[in-house]
Amino acid sequence: MPTISLHAQNLTKAFSHRNIFAKINFSIQQSQTLAITGRNGSGKSTLIKILAGVLSATSGSVKLSYDGEDVANEDMYRHIGLVSPYLQLYDEFTAAENLTFFRELRRIKNADIDGLLQRVGLFARRNDAVRTYSSGMKQRLKYVFALLHQPPILFLDEPTANLDTEGIRFVYDIIDEYKKGSIVIVASNVREETELCSEIINLNDHVL
Amino acid sequence: MISMQQVYVIFRKELRSELRTRYALNALFMFIITTLSIVLFSIGSEDVSPNVLSGVLWIVIFFSSMSGLSRTFVSEEERGTVMTLQLLTKSLNVFFGKLLFNFVLLCILNVIAVVLYIILINDFLVKNYLIFTVTLMLGTLGLASASTIIAAIISKANTKGTLYPVLSFPILLPLLLTVINATRLAVEGAFFTEAIGEFQVLVSYFVVIVTVSYLVFEYIWKE
Amino acid sequence: MFLKLLLGIWLTVVIIVAFAFPVVANPQAWYEYPIITGLEEKARILFFHVPMSWTTVVAFLVAMMYGIKYLKSKNIDDDIKSVASAGLGLLFCILATVTGSIWAKFNWGSFWNWDPRETSIFILLLIYGAYFALRSALEDESKRATLSAVYAIIAGVTVPFFIFVMPRIMASLHPEPIINTEGKVHMNATMLTVFISSLAGFTALYVWMLRMRIRLGRLEYHQLSQGA
Repeated sequence: MPTISLHAQNLTKAFSHRNIFAKINFSIQQSQTLAITGRNGSGKSTLIKILAGVLSATSGSVKLSYDGEDVANEDMYRHIGLVSPYLQLYDEFTAAENLTFFRELRRIKNADIDGLLQRVGLFARRNDAVRTYSSGMKQRLKYVFALLHQPPILFLDEPTANLDTEGIRFVYDIIDEYKKGSIVIVASNVREETELCSEIINLNDHVL
Repeated sequence: MISMQQVYVIFRKELRSELRTRYALNALFMFIITTLSIVLFSIGSEDVSPNVLSGVLWIVIFFSSMSGLSRTFVSEEERGTVMTLQLLTKSLNVFFGKLLFNFVLLCILNVIAVVLYIILINDFLVKNYLIFTVTLMLGTLGLASASTIIAAIISKANTKGTLYPVLSFPILLPLLLTVINATRLAVEGAFFTEAIGEFQVLVSYFVVIVTVSYLVFEYIWKE
Repeated sequence: MFLKLLLGIWLTVVIIVAFAFPVVANPQAWYEYPIITGLEEKARILFFHVPMSWTTVVAFLVAMMYGIKYLKSKNIDDDIKSVASAGLGLLFCILATVTGSIWAKFNWGSFWNWDPRETSIFILLLIYGAYFALRSALEDESKRATLSAVYAIIAGVTVPFFIFVMPRIMASLHPEPIINTEGKVHMNATMLTVFISSLAGFTALYVWMLRMRIRLGRLEYHQLSQGA
């Protein structure tokens, strides 16, 4: 597996003159896992978005390095898989249509859509509109979205939200699997999840 | 930079989504019908000069496009799928895919509007169809491109609905004035060469708007 | 302080001179204006209306320039400057439109005629209106700054279209084609002096007001960041 590393330097984010967090610094590479914890509203999801390159920081920088080379901001999305409560899929399309759309955009020829759908237990419902899905099913579908291209970095914001025991077990399996060779970053307050990680950042310590 | 394939994939998704939900198509169609009815009613049996009718045609087209062309960006914002797209492809692919979609939508709208207009309004007789067709095509290109970039802007604001025509109108005025003038030439039966000046303006307008959009879209799309 | 006073005196003199110097058929003395056929007394508007139109365009270009700067620097100070200039541009645009309209009434009989210049100033007015409407619909300050800068740029590139394109399409009522039939500055020396002075005065007025508004904007911003 190619080398991958993520560097956050002096990340600060403010909304309307109020700092959410300030001066976050860390470096992480393949086979390492990072947990981001903090009270509700401390900015865990915001930090995840900034690290994933979909939100800009007020100051500071995020650098992604893949196979020894720096990745431009506009190309970061290629190497990232994200599951988040803020992630939405296209309701009017079926799961299969959503995933085909994603696969075509990501230009993955041999994406194992059916295999992943089976793994999350959605294969039977793949031709139903996502509108008809329960929140647990949508959450599981988000995992298929995130894992479709086998990304070297996985961001999981509230990884087990809306999931039953079987779903939770699936998530922990994924984390264990991706731990070996990829970067996994988890934002959560659930102890069992954060304990799976080798590093930890508590956002309560980074408020100005 | 831009991938034709990804632009096409985005375009196809917009098309499929629209065919399934039909939000924009319905809005556009109902708008044309209502405005045309009002125009017909106001004209009654009066004689209206072709100049005025040329202007009214493009008023109908302009406001109809205002009722439907913002949907492509506004729906992504409202549904929260902006981040999804940001994780899947580069910004400009999204823009051009949606631009292509809006262009197709506007073509359909304009064909319907023009056909109905010609059939229902007796005083509107086009003498030079070549000028008319070229004007329609170039006007649609310009209108679609300006409407799409402005739609991207207002999708990020709070009061999207009313803001859309307010922002679009000043930008579109040069296009509208030129296109109305060219339509007038078509109705008066002018020679094709007389309209070349207008066509040059329309083409350069389209090129300028698309170029500017290419340069600024990333700033609109990324947060 | 001194400059402010100087500006005040300068403009006062310009205004007085604009109205006081008589318009005569054969200007002999240095303080007399020639009669321009079709304009006569009404030519005095030249000293006000044109500088106002000039200033509003300059203000827009400045706003656009700082907008571009903001997009590159993400420094909110550039946005403060951009808005400050846009506000002044709107003010001068309203003044230009109103003075132009009054003159149109006296000269051609109606307040509005849709000649290319009138239409251009009207479009500029609409652009300013749209710019501020957009700003009021955005709460997040960086989004507001980014999107208004983008809109200013888009509006800016359509400006050449209505400056150069429209006179082609529409017959013009504006006197410039009448005064400058050969495209050169034909103005009588006295008028030219007063005109240039007025132009300089209005530009200086704009710069002075801009600097004040920027200072005010910075103070307001500072207050906001302390208060939160």
